[in-house]
Amino acid sequence: MNTSVNLAGVTLKNPVLTASGTFGSGMEFSRFVDLNKLGGVVTKGVSVVPWEGNATPRVAETASGMLNAIGLQNPGIDVFLSRDLPFLKPFNTAKIVNVCGHTEEEYLGAVERLNDSIADILEINISCPNVKAGGITFGTDPVMVEKITKAIKNISRKPVFMKLSPNVTDITEIARAAEAGGADGISLINTLMGMKIDIQRRKCLLANKTGGLSGPAIKPVAVRMVYQVSKCVSVPLIGMGGIASAEDAIEFMMAGATAVSVGTANFRNPRVTEEIVSGIETFMRENHIDDIREIIGCVE
Amino acid sequence: MEYKKAHVVSVNEIAPSIYDMLLKAPTISAQAKPGQFICLYSNDSAHLLPRPISICEVFGEHVRLVFRIAGYGTRELSAKKTGDEVTVLGPIGNGYPEIPKDKTVTVVGGGIGIPPMLYLARKLYENGNELNIVLGYRDAGLFLKDAFAGYGKIFVATDDGSVGFHGNVVGLIEAEKLPVETVCACGPMPMLKGLSAYTEANGGTAFISLEERMACGIGACLGCITKTKETDGHSHVRNARICTEGPVFDSKVLDFTGGKR
Ligand SMILES: Cc1cc2nc3c(=O)[nH]c(=O)nc-3n(C[C@H](O)[C@H](O)[C@H](O)COP(=O)(O)OP(=O)(O)OC[C@H]3O[C@@H](n4cnc5c(N)ncnc54)[C@H](O)[C@@H]3O)c2cc1C
Ligand SMILES: Cc1cc2nc3c(=O)[nH]c(=O)nc-3n(C[C@H](O)[C@H](O)[C@H](O)COP(=O)(O)O)c2cc1C
Ligand code: FES
Repeated sequence: MNTSVNLAGVTLKNPVLTASGTFGSGMEFSRFVDLNKLGGVVTKGVSVVPWEGNATPRVAETASGMLNAIGLQNPGIDVFLSRDLPFLKPFNTAKIVNVCGHTEEEYLGAVERLNDSIADILEINISCPNVKAGGITFGTDPVMVEKITKAIKNISRKPVFMKLSPNVTDITEIARAAEAGGADGISLINTLMGMKIDIQRRKCLLANKTGGLSGPAIKPVAVRMVYQVSKCVSVPLIGMGGIASAEDAIEFMMAGATAVSVGTANFRNPRVTEEIVSGIETFMRENHIDDIREIIGCVE
Repeated sequence: MEYKKAHVVSVNEIAPSIYDMLLKAPTISAQAKPGQFICLYSNDSAHLLPRPISICEVFGEHVRLVFRIAGYGTRELSAKKTGDEVTVLGPIGNGYPEIPKDKTVTVVGGGIGIPPMLYLARKLYENGNELNIVLGYRDAGLFLKDAFAGYGKIFVATDDGSVGFHGNVVGLIEAEKLPVETVCACGPMPMLKGLSAYTEANGGTAFISLEERMACGIGACLGCITKTKETDGHSHVRNARICTEGPVFDSKVLDFTGGKR
């Protein structure tokens, strides 16, 4: 039985990854999960300088999901390179580094520093507010997406996956822009913008007012977007959004994802990623699937 | 720390909307330190985040929790029956620091911040510390008060003045001139702020337990931070994780202005 898949030249032993920002750099979860069993660890977004993030409350529960407005708090690329990547080094799992920035220069600064690191793949989060364009997110404008993808591809010696925001009218337009810019792959979806109001206090629950919706509530939207994008680009996709079981992971692969990331589900069960890996093997055995690659994009 | 199913031994309402739950959780009870907490998960996967609840006491293989119904999760817990299972993660957090036995400690609990002070008070008493125990309640529903008997001198303040001192715990401490060289506290944020200011102004040290909404409970999501005056060693920004560096902090390291200095 073959469970391995290929992401832009990088072989994963299985398609199960962690979703950026829900798993840190794996340190905290390593007491619950054998990281060697995972296809890869996608680390929390890192920027060229430390970011303090937003005020609290930063998280709120919603029906079958949650809102978060962490604000991309991170210790900066220096600490990441000297502490987080060395922690991951001994594990036999792919190291996928998620990068964020407020300006093109910030993205490029972090990408350059990662060129000589042990990172296997870079995942570029373009759902960050672009301070130069008045705070609108990079990922909502196809022209900006193509431009930043090109700029990153110009300097990166690692495969580059662009991580798309679902908060757009036409996801395929953005995906095609990333492909035109030279992206080696596409990750989707990031969180959907949402809000929750405390009706007793007549105030937003999150200090940031709005936050990103994740968890099972967003899964049908994510599956639809993975499906649409897989039909219009030829680069590999990392699919995510509400995956909490092996069945969910298989659904994303059938929609067209080569690999999947598991995010919010880690908060309900810290062992869930490993359980999904073994659940996929069980599904393959029960359904006489010899090679997981058979099911990628099998849905017409 | 472990993630596991625990068995419910008993659940009782001890004051209006306040429940006392005993869980059989041997690993947690063996490891638990005063001030630590556990996360409990709803059976309904539509409610996916953990509910953090302080460890109120441990007896042998059992962990005692005392909680107030605040919403879906705590209501579900209050309806558990003997023998039911509940998924738990813990023990979590740093807990209160060890305090030399020659020190007199003022232990302060406000409202639903009282439960964790019970285990702490017993441990300090067993350690040989002299204790002043200050309990702040809304009204005459003095839940858990009698459980503190024997551990030290007990003082009660009520918001409505129905029992004991009429006012808040800081007012009581001032009126009674209780020592604040070492203070351990848990309760609502305004109480903790006032108590920290009073303690620091009198040259003492206040170890206070903070609350925040949590997602992972293990230090990975950065959902539960509190602002600190100096750069924190893990985050490399002025944020400490309440679930990992906390929930107990020396008030002097905290930035109560929320970083808006
Ligand atoms: C370290 C710590 C220790 C605690 N110890 C106790 C205790 O011993 N006894 C007790 O009664 N309560 C305690 N709390 C508060 C308790 O966690 C909340 O009352 C509880 O999570 C509410 O859940 P719910 O589903 O009933 O409410 P809902 O409002 O339906 O909860 C919705 C979401 O918000 C979160 N939430 C709501 N209120 C709080 C809060 N005050 N703090 C953190 N998260 C919150 C819930 O966990 C859940 O994810 C503690 C909180 C923390 C952080
Ligand atoms: C608490 C939290 C933090 C996140 N941080 C990041 C981040 O730093 N970078 C990023 O690209 N996505 C981040 N995400 C988005 C996830 O990686 C993922 O795209 C999204 O949550 C959907 O997957 P899920 O439903 O499985 O969580 C975060 C999500 C959550 C819940
Ligand atoms: S709850 Fe996730 S870091 Fe504390």
